[in-house]
Amino acid sequence: MTSTSAPARGPVAALRPVLRAGRSRTGVELKGYVRNRQALLFTSALPLLLLVVFATLFTGDAAGTGVPLRHVLVCGIIASGMMATTFLSLVVGIASDREDGTLKRLAATPLTPAGYVLGKAGQAVVVGLAETVLLLAVGRFGYGVALPDTAYRWWTLAWVTALGLVSCALAGIAFSRLTSTVKAALPATQIPYLVLQLISGVFFVFTSLPGSLRLAASCFPLKWIAQGLRSALLPGSFRAAEAAGGWEHGRTALVLGAWCVGGFLLCLLAFRRRPPGLR
Amino acid sequence: MDGAVIECTGLRKAYRGSPALRGLDLRVAHGEVFALLGPNGAGKTTAVEIMGGFLARDGGELSVLGRDPERPGPHWRRRVGVVPQQAGAFAELTVREAVAHVAGLYPRPAPVDGLLATVGLAEVAGRRIGRLSGGQRRRVDIALGVVGRPELLFLDEPTTGLDVVARREVWATVRTLTRESGTTVVLTSHSMAEVEELADRGAVIAEGRAIALGSIAELAAGRSSRCEIRFTGHRLLPPSGLPGDTEAELLADDRVRVRTTEPSGALRAVLDRAGELGIAEVPELRVSRPTLESGYLSLLAAPARTEEEARS
Repeated sequence: MTSTSAPARGPVAALRPVLRAGRSRTGVELKGYVRNRQALLFTSALPLLLLVVFATLFTGDAAGTGVPLRHVLVCGIIASGMMATTFLSLVVGIASDREDGTLKRLAATPLTPAGYVLGKAGQAVVVGLAETVLLLAVGRFGYGVALPDTAYRWWTLAWVTALGLVSCALAGIAFSRLTSTVKAALPATQIPYLVLQLISGVFFVFTSLPGSLRLAASCFPLKWIAQGLRSALLPGSFRAAEAAGGWEHGRTALVLGAWCVGGFLLCLLAFRRRPPGLR
Repeated sequence: MDGAVIECTGLRKAYRGSPALRGLDLRVAHGEVFALLGPNGAGKTTAVEIMGGFLARDGGELSVLGRDPERPGPHWRRRVGVVPQQAGAFAELTVREAVAHVAGLYPRPAPVDGLLATVGLAEVAGRRIGRLSGGQRRRVDIALGVVGRPELLFLDEPTTGLDVVARREVWATVRTLTRESGTTVVLTSHSMAEVEELADRGAVIAEGRAIALGSIAELAAGRSSRCEIRFTGHRLLPPSGLPGDTEAELLADDRVRVRTTEPSGALRAVLDRAGELGIAEVPELRVSRPTLESGYLSLLAAPARTEEEARS
């Protein structure tokens, strides 16, 4: 243990204890998450179940593309799994921390709000990554979805996953400020989650939706995560079936990046002064 | 200020216009266990939350460990331990994991295994907190509150809802910890037995004010510091009367209750009278000092009584 009573030198030195606390919190959060069967089933097993059901149910090709419909669905459900393990699980998890006294307990320690938020986000991103790998493996070995065949497509998969997880995690932490109980958090997250899944091309091919819904979906990360994943995992021939007739990598990065920045600012605002357990 | 850990004068707080604290004055000295007593809604929890830095006050002066909890500076939080009322955090972690995790948030924590042994949790250190008994869980809460080696500890109703045996275990834990560390403790409790067991001094809070402040014996004395002597047989009362400020009352079945400021003198008079009458043993003799409970009740009743007196 080093004494931190000496004045911090520069922002990096000031951040070090926050990062250390965040890492320690991430470890504890992960333990708690993995041991909580309800959370595991609710957020991690559900997308897996959906994947198996939908990929088994739908056979044949997506209209006029020569790409199996179930491969399109695998991409959508991986995106939806990212949202479930980050956004959904964080809103419910923070509400539960508030309800069971964890926030109050932590507020009585020197842990800063930033350390708490980092731990929460870290846990969600690690779980989201594991979920993505799991769904990808099931898609590959269960349903023949091809993994990326070029470095560029691996790179696409990497940044879409990273931006997708971080944007949804930050949005979840900011959103958690609006709900104070688990009871309230469940519908408050399930409804937007369900609606976004329906309008973002998770279960249907995006272009089959009416224009107004497509426009609404374009404002949120899920549509862009799904599209980004399709660009990394589906053959190039599917490109023409996308709404814009192309992969729109620039716009995908822009929207997801904007959600990351906006979510971060909202988190700062929400957890600015006091830890969230306090009045 | 000379050894004061908490110094507060005129503390005020209102929730949406309805006052919870109306000018609370308190002083907690270094190293003592200070009890906050008072009925539900008296403002105890509000006071503790303000002193613990969780709630902003509306007015009044407050210094806790030499700082204003609203502007505590970077290291104040490390010096203050809190055992909140609500328990249930970290249900999925084992006892050791939770205590080690919280220890890691402090610069100079207590050694985890040593602490677990002190609070009597060494045998269940590997068990998940969600699977512990109520008393064990409460001791985890206490361990989490003291693992950072605080100079000041807030203990909010540490044994509410526990059975008699678990209560005694928690008391023993608190005594061991305070004796070993010299930590100043602010204890909120509804249990008079608990306060008598653990506290050195205390305050009775009613309607947002401290209506009495002093040692536990002083609080027990309440409005009248008279002891009680009971026995059976009115003829044992000396005809010459009893010394001091004394009041004798004849109850059913020839039982007698004497309330007196001079218990030794009154008892001697009764025993002398018994000797005169040739009675070796006074039947059903009992001498008792005022309990904290009776003192507390008399203090709470006091303001109403003085109003009545003022009116008559």
